[in-house]
Amino acid sequence: MAIAAIAQEDPHRLRRLDASRAVHSGPASKRIVTGYGFWIFLLSDMVMFACFFATYAVLSGQTADGPKGAELFDLRSVAAETGCLLLSSFTCGLASIAADEREPILFQLAMALTCALGLAFLSLELREFIGLVDRGAGPTRSAFLTAFFTLVGCHGLHVSAGVLWLLTMMAQVIAKGFRADILRRVMCFALFWHALDIIWVAVFSVIYLIGAGK
Amino acid sequence: MFGKLSWSAIPIDQPIPMAASGVVALVILGVLTWVVVSGRLPYLWHEWITSVDHKRIGVMYTLLAMVMLLRGFADALMMRGQQAVALQSQGYLPPEHYNQIFSAHGTIMIFFVAMPFVIGLMNLVVPLQLGVRDVAFPTLNSVGFWLTATGALLVNISLVIGEFARTGWLPYPPLSEMTYSPGVGVDYYLWSLQISGVGTLVAGINLVTTVLKLRTKGMTYLRMPMFCWTALASNLLIVAAFPILTATLAMLILDRYLGFHFFTNEAGGNVMMFMNLIWAWGHPEVYILVLPAFGIFSEVVSTFSGKPLFGYRSMVVATMAICVISFMVWLHHFFTMGAGPNVNAIFGIASMIIAVPTGVKIYNWLFTMYGGRIRFATPMLWSIGFMVTFLIGGLTGVLVAVPPADFLLHNSLFLVAHFHNVVIGGVLFGAFAGYTYWFPKAFGFRLHEGLGKAAFWFWLIGFYVAFMPLYVLGLLGMTRRMQHYDVPEWRPWLLVASVGALIILMGIACQIAQLVVSIRHRVTLRDHTGDPWDGRSLEWATASPPPVFNFAVMPDVSGEDAYWLMEQRAKRQASDTMPDYRDIEMPRNSPTGFICAFFATVMGFALIWHIWWLVVVGAIGAFATFVVFAWRDHDEYVIAAADLARIDQAILAERLASTRGVG
Repeated sequence: MAIAAIAQEDPHRLRRLDASRAVHSGPASKRIVTGYGFWIFLLSDMVMFACFFATYAVLSGQTADGPKGAELFDLRSVAAETGCLLLSSFTCGLASIAADEREPILFQLAMALTCALGLAFLSLELREFIGLVDRGAGPTRSAFLTAFFTLVGCHGLHVSAGVLWLLTMMAQVIAKGFRADILRRVMCFALFWHALDIIWVAVFSVIYLIGAGK
Repeated sequence: MFGKLSWSAIPIDQPIPMAASGVVALVILGVLTWVVVSGRLPYLWHEWITSVDHKRIGVMYTLLAMVMLLRGFADALMMRGQQAVALQSQGYLPPEHYNQIFSAHGTIMIFFVAMPFVIGLMNLVVPLQLGVRDVAFPTLNSVGFWLTATGALLVNISLVIGEFARTGWLPYPPLSEMTYSPGVGVDYYLWSLQISGVGTLVAGINLVTTVLKLRTKGMTYLRMPMFCWTALASNLLIVAAFPILTATLAMLILDRYLGFHFFTNEAGGNVMMFMNLIWAWGHPEVYILVLPAFGIFSEVVSTFSGKPLFGYRSMVVATMAICVISFMVWLHHFFTMGAGPNVNAIFGIASMIIAVPTGVKIYNWLFTMYGGRIRFATPMLWSIGFMVTFLIGGLTGVLVAVPPADFLLHNSLFLVAHFHNVVIGGVLFGAFAGYTYWFPKAFGFRLHEGLGKAAFWFWLIGFYVAFMPLYVLGLLGMTRRMQHYDVPEWRPWLLVASVGALIILMGIACQIAQLVVSIRHRVTLRDHTGDPWDGRSLEWATASPPPVFNFAVMPDVSGEDAYWLMEQRAKRQASDTMPDYRDIEMPRNSPTGFICAFFATVMGFALIWHIWWLVVVGAIGAFATFVVFAWRDHDEYVIAAADLARIDQAILAERLASTRGVG
């Protein structure tokens, strides 16, 4: 009888393994759920970038008798872009701290700086793109340039979307203050912005540093 | 002003698409008129279209899938009809139309039938099984559904305005490049999948977060019902694989729209890169579809055998093993690429290895049934039909996983028979089992058993009659997608196959009749207990249909088969204590998803037809919708403890009365 009761309550004798001691305290807080979900989105975004990186790796030698990376890349300009983006991550971090400390002025200031640096990055990138197209090295020239423009451009589009989001968040904080849901969005924005930095590090290394040497 | 769009886009000279789209338009108009005239529009808007309730969204996903199944099946009937008559003749479908039909059939069946069906069932059931009140991001859930609907809408618009792709369900370049497919067909394909792909990704993120972060108290990972495990695996695959699809289709879009050279023949483009990328998504995709079906069978087999699932832990391991290995077999879709014997051998072996965890699952279901008291209700019939059918499909799959054999069978009807064998026998039978099993949970009344069983037998027999001949045809050398053929020996088999399609049609007719009859007799079929099948997991612990908050008090789980345990305890010690009701917050309904999808439709249509100003309008509209949504101040409402207690006590009283009535 006792054995039958155990068999019914614990059909797989799990109690010995994970035991009734196994604890799960229930649903996580909203902040954790939001951040977690956003992380998963970021991971999926990284997978997308991984595809473009893989494509670039396959096509990087396919110049179709057109210019190679070494003839096109201006590492000084790219270094300036990198500086802008890395600095903007720092100011974005300041904005996060300001939000945690409920300092609206510091927050707006740090976000504005982040925005300015992001825009500086974008304008440098745009200048590079226009320069390349003017020299006849646009994305339709060769498969190599197709892959290059797509990967770098996809990152640039992400930064542009980030700037749009950033401005929206500045407006939201002015209009709504540091409400819990606004703070969660600020957190997600910061995650997004830093993730773009990580991707840029890979773009910088794989495309520009390796490409300039070839 | 209107880009490539002009009056000539409407194929007035082609009677078949005009008649088909005319019927579709009439049905839609009829339904809309009926809704407006009968005054149900406000109800539909407030209770369904703007709903962020995971149960409602799940139901809408499933409904979308079933409607699109009719469209996809109509395509299938036309193809079978064409091949039945097209011996040494043109048949009744001209090549350009026939090519659109097989492309639309595959696209619709995978993206707008199988996907919404399994996502719908996961949406409906997973939060209930985990003992929670909603998914992690309810409004995003609604956005995801409506974006999927947008994709389906664009595919159907292509019937009337312009054309659909003629390039198969996966648009292989260079055929799909602008040079060889200058029409808008491929663009319809690309944009409808990009838009619905975003919806699928959102659904995936949502369900992964829900499973990993929202489980109720005591619901440890190894106490989750099997369906939640398979849903987790499937959604992890969505998150990891769908970005690959998005990236790949984006590359083809750039090739077509801006003259890039990803997959072109000129300027160093690489055609085989498309095959690699698309199948790096495509192979996980088949497991995205079939894993939830495995979960459904696990639930059904265990419930109708009156036993806990045999080998629960090995089932978990098998599921997660499939989840990982599914990313390592993609090359078996194109052994003929010529990657060399070593590469082919590795992928061939990997493809055989992935059959092992699947085999583990089959044995687990068999041993669950062994010694059980089996009830042959409709969901159980689908499950047994699945086990036999899927086994055959799996075995032919191992055959084509052998590279030398694949060189002979590649792109033959043998392959077509194989994947229909696993997709119909696995995914669709699973979806039907889940539909019958959880229908009473969603609507509060059961489906008619007799018609359900009739539908099952028609489908099962129809499937074998329709697809076994295709294996033979494949071995006789018939390739797929032939608009006409010159070999008389093929004819008898194709005639048999078309009879099979007609038998399946009877099955579908039975399913429609089943739905109609069940709605008419809903009073007699009503489920007062909330647990019509004597189930084992938490979705049966609440009423049918569940109240908007699912559970008045969050359940506290103390073991596997959580509801079964609660029931057993309740039988031993009747509880008189009043549960501890507290105020709860529920997400407010929102039209965000619907409005977003509206702008996405406008934008997609404008992109297909190169109407650039409209693209900008659509983009601004979508962004504005999000800002407006982000600006609202109250996104939740409170259900007071007193109301909660009143609703819950009424449910409990009904349950108690009905169980006393029975025994």
